[in-house]
Amino acid sequence: MPPPILDVRNLHKNFGAVTAASNINVSFTAGETVGIIGANGAGKTTFVNMITGYLKPTRGAILYRSREITGLPPRSIARLGICRSFQVSQVFVSLSVLENLLTAVAIASSPGLGMLRPLRRPELIERAERIMERYRIAAFRDQLASELSQGARKLLDIAMAVAGGPKILLLDEPTSGISTEEKQPLMDVVMEALKQDELTILFVEHDMEIVERYVDRVLAFYQGEVICDAPPAEALRDPKVQEFVIGGEYQAGGGHA
Amino acid sequence: MNLVRDRTVQGLTLALGVMLIVSALVPSWIVNQLLFAFSRAIVVLGLLVLWRTRLVSFGHALYFGLGAYTVAMTSRYTGVNDAFALLGAAALLSTVVGFFVGFIIRRYRDIFFAMLNLAFSMILYGILVKTEALGSTDGFTIEQPTFAGIAFEDPSEGKLALLCLLMVVGWAVAVGVQAYLRSTLGRLTTAIGDNEIRVEYLGYSAEHAIHIKYVLSTFLAGLGGGFMALALGQVDPDSMVNWTASGELVFVTILSGPGSVAAPFIGSFVFEILRTYAFEWMPHAWQMIVGGTLLIVIFFMPGGLWGLVSGVAQRLTRRRPAAAAPGAGG
Amino acid sequence: METALTILLDGLVFSSYLFIVSLGLTIIFGVMKILNVTHGSFYAWGAYTAAFLIGLAANAGWPDWAGFAIIFFAAILVGLVLGLILERGILQFMYHRDEVLIVLATFGSFLVLEDTILLVFGVDPYFAFQPMQLLGSVELGGIARDTYGLTLIGLAAVLAVTSWLVLRRTHWGKLLSAVIFDRELAMAMGLNVSRVYIVTFVIGAMLGALGGAYIAPTVSVAPGFGVDVIVLSFAVVVIGGMGSVPGAMIGALAVGIVRALAVHKFPQFELFVIYAVMATVLVFRPEGLFAPVKARKI
Repeated sequence: MPPPILDVRNLHKNFGAVTAASNINVSFTAGETVGIIGANGAGKTTFVNMITGYLKPTRGAILYRSREITGLPPRSIARLGICRSFQVSQVFVSLSVLENLLTAVAIASSPGLGMLRPLRRPELIERAERIMERYRIAAFRDQLASELSQGARKLLDIAMAVAGGPKILLLDEPTSGISTEEKQPLMDVVMEALKQDELTILFVEHDMEIVERYVDRVLAFYQGEVICDAPPAEALRDPKVQEFVIGGEYQAGGGHA
Repeated sequence: MNLVRDRTVQGLTLALGVMLIVSALVPSWIVNQLLFAFSRAIVVLGLLVLWRTRLVSFGHALYFGLGAYTVAMTSRYTGVNDAFALLGAAALLSTVVGFFVGFIIRRYRDIFFAMLNLAFSMILYGILVKTEALGSTDGFTIEQPTFAGIAFEDPSEGKLALLCLLMVVGWAVAVGVQAYLRSTLGRLTTAIGDNEIRVEYLGYSAEHAIHIKYVLSTFLAGLGGGFMALALGQVDPDSMVNWTASGELVFVTILSGPGSVAAPFIGSFVFEILRTYAFEWMPHAWQMIVGGTLLIVIFFMPGGLWGLVSGVAQRLTRRRPAAAAPGAGG
Repeated sequence: METALTILLDGLVFSSYLFIVSLGLTIIFGVMKILNVTHGSFYAWGAYTAAFLIGLAANAGWPDWAGFAIIFFAAILVGLVLGLILERGILQFMYHRDEVLIVLATFGSFLVLEDTILLVFGVDPYFAFQPMQLLGSVELGGIARDTYGLTLIGLAAVLAVTSWLVLRRTHWGKLLSAVIFDRELAMAMGLNVSRVYIVTFVIGAMLGALGGAYIAPTVSVAPGFGVDVIVLSFAVVVIGGMGSVPGAMIGALAVGIVRALAVHKFPQFELFVIYAVMATVLVFRPEGLFAPVKARKI
């Protein structure tokens, strides 16, 4: 078996008296798509925030390709190849879609003094345009990000996260704020685009249909602990998951019971 | 670098050529106006870079004053009296101070950024007004400088030489800032103003980028302050270092508008003309004019003078093809 | 020993003065999140109006004690007129905009009001010494002191206690605390935030004007009167914690005592120390020493 791309060991996080993560031990293999589920406050976002460097764990270690990254700032972790999208889209609202992506591509490909090279370089524009095509936002190329619809903004947010060519992508509730009818098409676009990059994907999701449809493996959180780590078919039928996460029996294709 | 093909750079170069010729022909009072206007424009150029990240400093008179006083002190106490050396010292000192202060400042945003800058500038003000050796509340006068060893007998020739130097330097820093704004780092300006979290997660430190902007702005403020000291032939704490001086710089920045590196030059010139005539005709209404203008710009002209000018220019250029279109279609 | 007492007393008088002029600023910031540069205008207008009216009263043969009534009348009048004009005329259109732009708008208003003073009151200084003369002087620690200056301490104490009582014990105070704690929540609960803002701004303006009006008898009221007080009160408010009344008290005491110490021992550092303290506090506690508790947003 190949060594894990990401290895989380004995991770703990306390906010004062509140335990947001306790004793998390998981590892991820390159190329996996993992769904992270759990009720509100179960510790999913805390987990994502610790991996991406927004929060420092109280105890434990995070190893990326056998290198410890625990406590590094988000920018260093991003540069190493772990990127994320956000629950509430974080885009540059007063820049156009193209400029948003250009900024993302340029930062990733311009270490050090490279930052002094012009932003609008033909090779960067070409890369940004390719990404726009893949995420189906090319039509909005010159529109301001503030003028985009929720769905398009979400796609831009994710496209920016992958623009630097990360190895691991964390999607924090990619379908939150999106209407039910739009969810599947949006995820189809995203997963189709991501497939070409052979990424390891961890995504936090509330919608069990989406989880079942796209992931290879499910991590279920409850009160800061991982209560289930299994393929989706098995995980969604786990009694503990049904009780603490889904809140009822899960029926394939039928959503929440 | 295709900076040569940049339209702003072309425009600036053309303007420099025209202004070099014009300045030799105009009366000396206009030379003085231009000296004050362009000295201030260099400072405002730095504030524009900050303003694009939605950072407003209520304390850049610190660096402006530092530059001015460096020129005055160096010429008074060391006997060095060459414009190049004096201006170099002014820019260097304010940049060094800005670099160190920047480590603290870069952690702050919004009004905290404005207030901390204010506090630092008032510290310098507090020192200046209470120290005899630094001229106290009166400040002191500066002799005419030489230019690379050349001394001008006629003071008006000296002023003209200073103006030529100022315009060339002003052109150079404007082109430099334009190149910076086009770079990836410079383009982060707006991005950081919009969303720092995203910048962090794309792999760049917003604080680092703000520190660089800050140092750039302090360099320009010191340089502009140095020119202003030579142009005025004197320095004093109240018109150069007090918080009102910082407020004036912020005012010219807002008046000019963030749209272009050329804007500060236009804005500063308008400001200078406005001031001259206001003092002549309505000596007790100058602050009212400034304050009223500030309110008008905030409410009705978010792009400042530059926005107004480029808006008119755009309308003119748009009308032509629109007028031609029916003819072509029919 | 005598110097220590002198420093303490001087410091206390100056602290009281600072507290009076900063109270309105901190209340406005706390409730409305506006760093109000026009506070300097309220101060200057208060001083001019009081000095002008006291002069009129003296010429009309009114007794000297009427000056005290005039001071408070001037403060209320100026606060009401200028506060309403600014809040209704300018600020109410800016609440949704950038904090920094609001500061700039108040800066613009300040400049306009500065010159309006010149148009209304002229450029010559005003003297309104009658109330100060009336109270004479007392000897404290071997030094003769103006009684009037000492009454500043009393006024500051009264204002401190009153504002504490109003904020803690009245219905209005509780509404204000709710707005300070979480503006959105207060709005969602159906609080008329716009009315809270008007009242807050007018009261803040009255307090600023009171600072100027009360200090007017001790100085010559001349153009540029409000300029220095702006940064001084900014320093006090920043040190104590923007938006906090006890903070303003602590900030005023800190600045007052430190300045008195500097004036007596190291006069060349008089201004330097004030802003050095301000910068130090900002660097280590940007929210100030006593920043009010806010609702967590994330």
